Amino acid sequence: MNAGGLLDARDISKNYGGVRALKGVTFTAYRGKVNVLVGENGAGKSTLMKILSGAEQPTSGEILLDGEAVVLSSPRDAMARGIGIIHQELSLFPNLSIAENMFAGRELRRGRRFVDAAGQRRRASEVLARLGQDHLDPDTLVEDLPIGQQQLVEIGRALLEDVRVLIMDEPTSALSNHEVDVLFNVMADLREQDVTVIYISHKLDEFRRIGDWVTVFRDGALVAHESMSRTDTAWIVRQMVGRDPDSLYVRNSSPAGDVLLDVRGLSVLGAVRVDDVSLTVRAGEVVGIYGLMGAGRTELVECLMGMRRASGGEVRLRGEIEPEGTVQARMAAGLALVPEDRQRDGLVQTMSVRDNIVLATIDRLKRAGLLSGGAEQRTAAAKVAELAIKSPGLGAVVTALSGGNQQKVVLARALLTEPVVLLLDEPTRGIDVGAKAQIAALMADLATQGFGVLFTSSELAEVIAMSDRVLVMARGRITAEFTSANVTEEALVTASASDRVLEGRS
Amino acid sequence: MTDTHVAAPEAAAAARPPGPPRRRSLARAALLLLRGRTLVVLVLLVIFFSAISSEYLTQSNLILMTKHVAINAILAIGVTFVILTGGIDLSVGSIAGLASMVAGGLLFKGLNVPGGTVFFSVAMVILVGIVVGALVGAVNGVLVTRFKVAPFIATLGILYVARGAAQLLSNGGTYPDLAGSPARGNTGFHFIGVDTLIGIPVAVWIMVLVAVAAIVVTTKTPFGRRIFAVGGNERAAVLSGIRVNRVKIAVYVISGACAALAGLLLTSELGAAYPDTATTYELNAIAAAVLGGTALSGGRGTIIGTVMGAFVIGFLGDGLVLVGVSTFWQSVVKGAVIIFAVITEQAQQRLQSALTKRTA
Repeated sequence: MNAGGLLDARDISKNYGGVRALKGVTFTAYRGKVNVLVGENGAGKSTLMKILSGAEQPTSGEILLDGEAVVLSSPRDAMARGIGIIHQELSLFPNLSIAENMFAGRELRRGRRFVDAAGQRRRASEVLARLGQDHLDPDTLVEDLPIGQQQLVEIGRALLEDVRVLIMDEPTSALSNHEVDVLFNVMADLREQDVTVIYISHKLDEFRRIGDWVTVFRDGALVAHESMSRTDTAWIVRQMVGRDPDSLYVRNSSPAGDVLLDVRGLSVLGAVRVDDVSLTVRAGEVVGIYGLMGAGRTELVECLMGMRRASGGEVRLRGEIEPEGTVQARMAAGLALVPEDRQRDGLVQTMSVRDNIVLATIDRLKRAGLLSGGAEQRTAAAKVAELAIKSPGLGAVVTALSGGNQQKVVLARALLTEPVVLLLDEPTRGIDVGAKAQIAALMADLATQGFGVLFTSSELAEVIAMSDRVLVMARGRITAEFTSANVTEEALVTASASDRVLEGRS
Repeated sequence: MTDTHVAAPEAAAAARPPGPPRRRSLARAALLLLRGRTLVVLVLLVIFFSAISSEYLTQSNLILMTKHVAINAILAIGVTFVILTGGIDLSVGSIAGLASMVAGGLLFKGLNVPGGTVFFSVAMVILVGIVVGALVGAVNGVLVTRFKVAPFIATLGILYVARGAAQLLSNGGTYPDLAGSPARGNTGFHFIGVDTLIGIPVAVWIMVLVAVAAIVVTTKTPFGRRIFAVGGNERAAVLSGIRVNRVKIAVYVISGACAALAGLLLTSELGAAYPDTATTYELNAIAAAVLGGTALSGGRGTIIGTVMGAFVIGFLGDGLVLVGVSTFWQSVVKGAVIIFAVITEQAQQRLQSALTKRTA
C-alpha cells in the first residue's frame, strides 16, 4: 500500500457484457493532492470514476478508503463516506437559486415539513465564501450565472457534505481561461484543506498547472503513474497514444494558391460580437483561428455561413462579392460549415446515417422530381467509404454511431455540397486524441486537394500543429496573425490575453 | 376495455428486456409487432366485432364505415404534415367549417357583386373552398414562422377566428339546400359526398388519392425529406441549407387545404352547410395521427400509419355503435385507445434503441 494514499483501487476489473472496460487497474489517489487522470475517450477513466463514486460495481478487485476495504454500493453510499463527484454535464436546476440548488433533495428542515430557507442561505453563503465567491448572493438564480460559476455551485454542492475525495470529470471543457483560473484557485484551496482531488482532463496545457500526480490510462489499463514534476507534455501524450506526439498531426504542405475566401470588415452585433474582422483563406491553405470561449469565433463562422446577419462588411468567394447572407446562398457560393456542437446543430437524430449524409444535397438526387433511393444509397456509401465512417449500416439511426463517426457524418454532408472553403468550428472538441489525428489528416488532405480550410480551436498545441497560418481572435477582433514559421504558444497566449486587459477596462 | 384486452400480449413482450440470443429474437419479433401495431389492432377490432355482430363484416357496412373514416383520414393526413415538423394544427376543424360555409354560401345564394349575383360551377366552388382553407393555413404558417407564435397558440387562435368567420358568413344560420339549379349551372355538389364510383363512395376514392399523394410527397420528394429534417432537428436543417420557414408555411397550407377538402366532403354528404360543421374534429385528426405512430415531438411518423389510425378510430366507433354501446362509453374507449397507443409507441422506441445499442 502506498503511504499517503487516501483512496486505493486494487486490481479493479470491470466487464460490460463481453467488453473489458477495465483490466486489473491499481490506482492510488494521494491525500490532499490533485491527482490528474488522462487518457483517450474509452480508455477507462470514467469507468473507474463511476466505480469510485459508487455508480458502478467492479467485476473484481477491491477499494480501500484510508487503508480500509469498503464497498461503495451507491453514489449516496460513497457520498456518506466523503467521496463526491462532479460530472462533466452540470446537473443544476437553472430555475432555482444557488442555495436551493445546493440543498436540492436534502433540504434543511424547520419542523418536519418546512424548508429552513434562512438556514440554507446561511450555509450556502459559507460554502460560497470557501470557494472565494463571497460576492455571490445565494438567492441568485443559477440560470443568471455564467457557466464557470455554475460549475462552482456544483462544487459547492459537494462541499456541503464533508468531502474528503472530490472527483471532477472534465470540469473545464466549457470554461473560459479566467474561469479556469478561478476553478484552479479553488482546487488549490481545497488541497490546502486536505481534500483529495481526482481530476479528469483532456487539456494537457491546463492540468500541468494544477496537478501533483498524473495517471495515464490506455485501453482500459493504467499505463503510467508519475509525479507531475517528473513529466512533460510530450511524455504524457506519448503514454496516452503509445507513440510519438510529433507523428500525431499531419501537417499540410501544399503550396497556397488563389484567394478563395476574402472577408473584409465583417461585423456581427449581439451578446458576443464580431468586430471589423478581415481575413483571407487561399486554396491549399489551412488557417486556424485561436481564441477563447466567447471571443466570437463561432459567431464569425456562423455569419460567414449565413446563419447570422452581418451588421457590416463584405464576403467574397473566389473574388465575387456575396451580398446575400443566407445559408443557401453561401452554400451555393462554396462554403460549408461543420458546427461546433454536432448534436445541436449538426445531426438530425431521428434520421438514418444515409439521410443525414445526403440531407443538404438531396435536390441533386432526384429522378423526374422524385427521390432515387439508389442514388442516395450510392452517394452515401461513397462518402462512408471515403471518410472511413464506422457504422452498423447506412440505414442505421445516426445516434447509434460513436462521437467521432457522428462528426464524420456531418463532415460528409458538408463535403457533398462541394465547397471551395470548408469551415470547421472546434472540429476536435470532445473527441479523443486518435480521432483528432484523423481529423487533422483529413484537413491536410483537403488542403492538398485545393480546398481552403478555416477552423477554430481553443487548444494551443493543436492550432499550432495543424495550421499554415494562425489568427488570434479576442473580443470579436482579430488581434494577431502568425505563420507556421513564427508562431509560438507564448505569442498566441499573449495575443489572446491582450483582451483581458480590455475586459478589465470595459 | 376491448383494446387493452386484445393487445395485452404485445405490451408484455415489450416490457421484457432484450436479453441474449434467444430472447433477442423474441425482442425483435415484439418490435415488429409494435411497429405494425396499428394494423394489428385494426385486424383484432374487426375480428372482435364480427364475432359479436354478424352485420359488422358485411360489404355494405365496411363501405359505410370506410366512408366515415374518409373525412377524418383526410383531416389527419394534413395534420400529420404539421406534426412531422414538430408543430401542431388545432384549427383544422374550424377550417373545415369555414370552407363548408364558403362553399355553401356560394352554392345557395351566390356571390354578390356590383350589378347582381354570380353563381359558380361546383368545380369552381370546391376550388374556392380549398383555396380558402389553404389561405387560412398560410396565416397559421406565417404566425408560426414570421411572428414566432408557438404552433399550439397560433392554431388555437385561428381555431376561434375561423369558426367565428364561418358563423359571420351566414350570421349563424344554415344553408339548407346545396342542390343548385341547372339554370345557375351549379348542380352536382352531392357527387363528392354522396355518389359512388364502381360501388365505392367518391369520398373514399378522394381519401385514397390524398393518401397516395401524401405518401409520395413525404417519402419520395426532397420536400418530404425536409419536413422530417425540420421536425428532427431544426438547427441542423438550417445548416443544411433548408429554408425552414418555407417548409413550415407549406405544411400548414397543406393542412388547411386538406381540412377544407374534408369540410366540403362532409357538407356534400349532409346536403347542407351549417357553421358548426366539424367542430372538435381536430381532436379526432390528431388522435389518428398519434395512433398511427406520429411523434408529437416531430421528425417521426408515416402517412400510412395515420390513415390506419383513422381506420382504427372509425371502425372502433362504428363497431361500438353497432353492438349498442352507449356514446358515453364510446368516448371512454376512444380516449383509452389513444393513451394506449402512446404507451406502446414509447415501448417501441425503447426496444428499438436497446436493440441498436446491442448491434452497434
